[in-house]
Parts: sequence; C-alpha cells; structure tokens
Amino acid sequence: MGGLSVGQTVGSAELGRWLRAFADAVTENADELTKLDSAIGDADHGSNMRRGMTAVVGKLDATPDAAPAALLKTVGMTLVSTVGGASGPLYGTLFLRMGTSAGDRTELDAAGFAAALRAGLEGVLARGKAQLGDKTMVDALTPALDALDGALADGSGLGDALRAAAAAADKGSDDTIPLLARKGRASYLGERSVGHRDPGATSTALLVNAAAETLG
Amino acid sequence: MSTPSVGPSVGIVVVSHSRALGNAAAELACEVIGDVDVPIAVAAGLDETTPGTDAAAIATAIATSDRGAGVVVLMDLGSAVLSAELALDLLDDVGADPATRGRTVLCPGPLVEGLVVAAATASTGADRHRVSADAAAALGPKRSHLGLSWEPTT
Repeated sequence: MGGLSVGQTVGSAELGRWLRAFADAVTENADELTKLDSAIGDADHGSNMRRGMTAVVGKLDATPDAAPAALLKTVGMTLVSTVGGASGPLYGTLFLRMGTSAGDRTELDAAGFAAALRAGLEGVLARGKAQLGDKTMVDALTPALDALDGALADGSGLGDALRAAAAAADKGSDDTIPLLARKGRASYLGERSVGHRDPGATSTALLVNAAAETLG
Repeated sequence: MSTPSVGPSVGIVVVSHSRALGNAAAELACEVIGDVDVPIAVAAGLDETTPGTDAAAIATAIATSDRGAGVVVLMDLGSAVLSAELALDLLDDVGADPATRGRTVLCPGPLVEGLVVAAATASTGADRHRVSADAAAALGPKRSHLGLSWEPTT
C-alpha cells in the first residue's frame, strides 16, 4: 500500500521471495517454455531454466543470511554453472551485475533496485550483443525497465512501478511473435522464426511478473 | 649439455556442450603432440551426460592451463562462446593469475580441426597468437582438398 511505505525497500528477504516466486513460475511454465523453444530453438529452455532455478532455491535455503550483493552473486554463479544453454551466461550476467550494483547496501530503495536491474540489462546487452528487436530476452527486459524507471520518476511506489514493468514485459514478450530472430539458434531459421514467441523473452516476463507479485 | 629453455607451452582449453565430444576431441589432439607437454583441459557438458556449458568450469580450465605462455580456447557453438566470454570475467573468482586474462585468446576456429591444429602448433613451442591463428585457419586443408578456395565465400 502507498502512504508511509516503509516496506518499499528490497533486502535479502525480498530478493529471496522474488527468486523463489520466479523458480515456481519457471517450474510451472517449463513445458510451455520448452514448447516455445522447440519451435525455434533446441527445445531445452524450460528444462534448462527449471534446473537452474531449482539449484538457486537450494542455494537460497543453504545461505539464508547472505547480504544482497552476495546473494545475487550466488544466484548468478549458480545459473552460470547449472543452466547449460545460452540462458546460463545471460541470466547469470544479469544477476552478477545486479550484485555488483548492490554494493555493500543491505537494503535497496526503489531507485536502487531499478538501477541494479538496469545494470543487469546492460550486462546482458554486452554479453549477448543483442539489440532491441532481435527477438531475445532483451525485448521483454528493456521495455520493462523503461516502464519501471518511468513510473518511479512519476512518483509511483515500487509495487505500482513493478506492475507497470510486468505489463510492459508481457507486451514486449507478445511483440516478439512477429519478429525475425537475429540471435541464437533461432537465427538459423531465418524467416521461419517469424510467428513464434521468443522463449527467452517469455521467461524474462515471468521474472518481472514475479517481482511485481513479491516486491510490491 | 643443456639446451636453453624454450619456456612453457601455450595451454589449450576445449569448450563443448558435450563432455563426450570434448574428451574425444582432446584425445584426437593428444595423438598429434606425442610426448610433448601441452596442457589441454576440457570444460564440456554440465556432467557426463547433461549437455551444456559452464562458465565457472571454463574459468577453472583456463586458470589451470596457463603456465605463463597463455591459453587458446576452442569452442563449439552457441552458449559455448557466451560462456567462454563470461569465463574471462570469472578468472579472479577461481584464483587465476591476474595476468591470465590478458594472455587468453578465444579462437574462432572450428572445434575439432582447430583443436588438432592448435595442439600441433603449440607442441612446436609457438606463441598463443600463432597457435590461435593456425587453428582459425584449420579448415584450409579440407577446403583445398575439396577444390574450394581457401577463404570462405559468402
């Protein structure tokens, strides 16, 4: 709720709730993610992300007292070592950069959390060398963070801003359907990639929706 | 009578989605180097049977293969390249020599042919730039044999 919103900061407990919710969403949608990936990729995005996020939850259980930077680094390193496909280094980089951005703070305010996500996106862009419109996770994450920043600048609280970000991520994911893939395995298909939703953008929309559900 | 030291060999890291493929490719490469001591490390697959690449495992392989002359990394497709690039950022985390990053070359050559050529070139005592350049040109003999030009055409 608005008003005296002392709850609108993100510490390790909140990060843990967010990541567990994302893990649940990935597990719930694993078959759907793999089905999307079988149309334009190598049919492993759902199983890869489920394996990675299951390992992340195990690490969260084992290190309940980690500070945000350490927690985010652990999440990133776990994904790097357990996902296997391109999503490993890409999601891994997202969380590693978020951890660096968090620094030694124990709580991130709304602007700090948004800045950490932005640093993560910049890491993903540098790692994958994808641009907006290449039919990748960037097409969900970029509009989401633009919406998040815009809503915060307009005075929204973190919860409302994250809900706006989630809506933008969903739309960005929908908008990958007509795009021609220019990165990854899907790019081998050329025109045949048109008409399919990008699995990476879809899982990224789940990540942003999980934030809206748990951090508001 | 002692001969002047030729210095340590360039190290070679094999990055593949498949552990079986990585090990088999390394085995082929070992056949061409005979008794010469060229460090070759395999970072392939998430485990014996699960395909995938692991940037932390690649970083460890790079760190342990660098004896001072640097490392040439051969990769297969897709995430192998992304994971190898990320591995360069993780070298500190695995306790690599701080100089290792600056002397690691990610080679654009094909995995199997490139690896065999890289191992052969490294076994002559060549530096990492020579090793990587030879491996990157490893499809030349095959192209020539098939009557194609040496430079790939678009």
